[in-house]
Amino acid sequence: MKSKLFMLLAGIALVGNGGVSGLPSPAGTGTINGKVTYTGTPPKMKPIDMAKEPSCAKQHTTPVMTENVATGPGNSLEYVVVYISAGDPGGAPPADAVRYDQKGCQYLPHVLPMQAGQSLQIYNDDQTSHNIHPLAKVNSEWNKSQPAGSPPIDTKYDKPEFIPVKCNIHPWMHGYFVVLNTSHYAVTGPDGGFSLKGLPAGKYTVTAWQEQYGTQTQDVTIGAGETKPVNFTFKALPY
Amino acid sequence: MRVKKALVGLALGSLGFLAVGAPAARAQSHVNAPDPSLGAPSVESETASVGGLTGHAAAGKVLYRRFCIGCHGPDGNGEGMNAQWIEPKPRDFTAAVFKCRSTPTGTLPTDQDLYNSLERGFVNSNMPSWNPLTPQQRADLVAFIKTWSPRWAKEKPGSALVIPAETPVTIESILHGRELFQKMECWKCHGPAGHGDGPSAATLTDSKDNPIRPYNFSTGTRFKCGETNQDLYRIFMTGVDGTPMPSFADVIQPNDAWDLVHFLRTLQAESLDTKESALWKTYVAAHRADIKPIGPDPAAGGQ
Repeated sequence: MKSKLFMLLAGIALVGNGGVSGLPSPAGTGTINGKVTYTGTPPKMKPIDMAKEPSCAKQHTTPVMTENVATGPGNSLEYVVVYISAGDPGGAPPADAVRYDQKGCQYLPHVLPMQAGQSLQIYNDDQTSHNIHPLAKVNSEWNKSQPAGSPPIDTKYDKPEFIPVKCNIHPWMHGYFVVLNTSHYAVTGPDGGFSLKGLPAGKYTVTAWQEQYGTQTQDVTIGAGETKPVNFTFKALPY
Repeated sequence: MRVKKALVGLALGSLGFLAVGAPAARAQSHVNAPDPSLGAPSVESETASVGGLTGHAAAGKVLYRRFCIGCHGPDGNGEGMNAQWIEPKPRDFTAAVFKCRSTPTGTLPTDQDLYNSLERGFVNSNMPSWNPLTPQQRADLVAFIKTWSPRWAKEKPGSALVIPAETPVTIESILHGRELFQKMECWKCHGPAGHGDGPSAATLTDSKDNPIRPYNFSTGTRFKCGETNQDLYRIFMTGVDGTPMPSFADVIQPNDAWDLVHFLRTLQAESLDTKESALWKTYVAAHRADIKPIGPDPAAGGQ
């Protein structure tokens, strides 16, 4: 399947006049980087009690915390998806699959961005069953059991959407699939930092999405090889 | 509550808008379903094919207004006048997510699946059997239900699960099914004895965040999606979409699935005389000491 797609892409590239939608986004040399922070008081993240799943509980020496508003030093916000929401002509999704792991009864990574149509592989690394239940509304909602030792689930989403993911067996497990029309995206680390690289010169709208606080956008124009800083600040509420 | 829902709807709508940029209006209409004209353009042309019958949406619309609107609502979103008094909540047809399907999880059901649901009704809910209507009227309603979501115009139903002939009910089959019940961790929700009281049971919610209970086998009642062994096979293989019950089609082989069906029937022994439970009772009487309890593995440091 993957090799077929590659051949198809290579074929289009050889013909040389493929439409915009047939090719991956053009690569450039511009960069947009910055930091996502908050003002106000974010809710306190709570320790998760995994006593009901001993095989997971014993994998953690300190309690795992909830992650819906993950903060770091200097008011930084983690797990914010920053992406190009306008200005990227789009294109075929990358041939590489994105990987989502269920490990220690947690979703790794907590927030997984991908391009629409890109292959998504879901692994269960635990010694327990999970049911993986992405609550899609625009795409279709499915719910599959994945017992310990099962092969990865190979799937994809065709339409852009922020999809909450849950495991009904372990109700503390929460994550997101973020399906985008672009391959230019990043997720902020514990320091709130992000970097969108390889952008051609042009005018872009940059969007930052946080699962609890929604989206913010900024317009940026960059030239070839230029690096521009863009920072986002979310107003945090303690509930 | 209603305000909160509206806010969530608004938020989702604006997320959709931001996510897709220019073609936002389309994506947004998926999210903000209650557009009263949603079903209208295709009402005249939508049909359903059930056995030898062809259902017509235009005729179904008239029936819907008389029989369904009170619960499922004028917008088909499950928010009819009676909905606030009802648990579980009436189906939201605009989401096109259906519990009882012969098709894989995440796909649309067949017309026959919807027709069967109308015929059967939903046990332990306010949805009665619509057998008093004629088969033609039921087929017309199926056609009309399909006008509530644009998914029906764009997608085809999944291919129906192929159920092989049932294997003989033997004690080996039951014992193997019991191993699967342990290994697939059915007991996490349905409980070690099938009483619907597993460790995860109390926290379960459906996809609209309403609390939902796992089936309690000891009651012996019909299942939501049927009552035969074939129905039981289909239910856990395709899953019950919109609820915590996942599909096991990718992880249970067809013959193993029959073994699980045979074991699940023994869990109904308290209130239902089945061939499986009779065989099981005899076996248990002779081998009580050999039977390992179902539940957390003590080796893993279970409770």
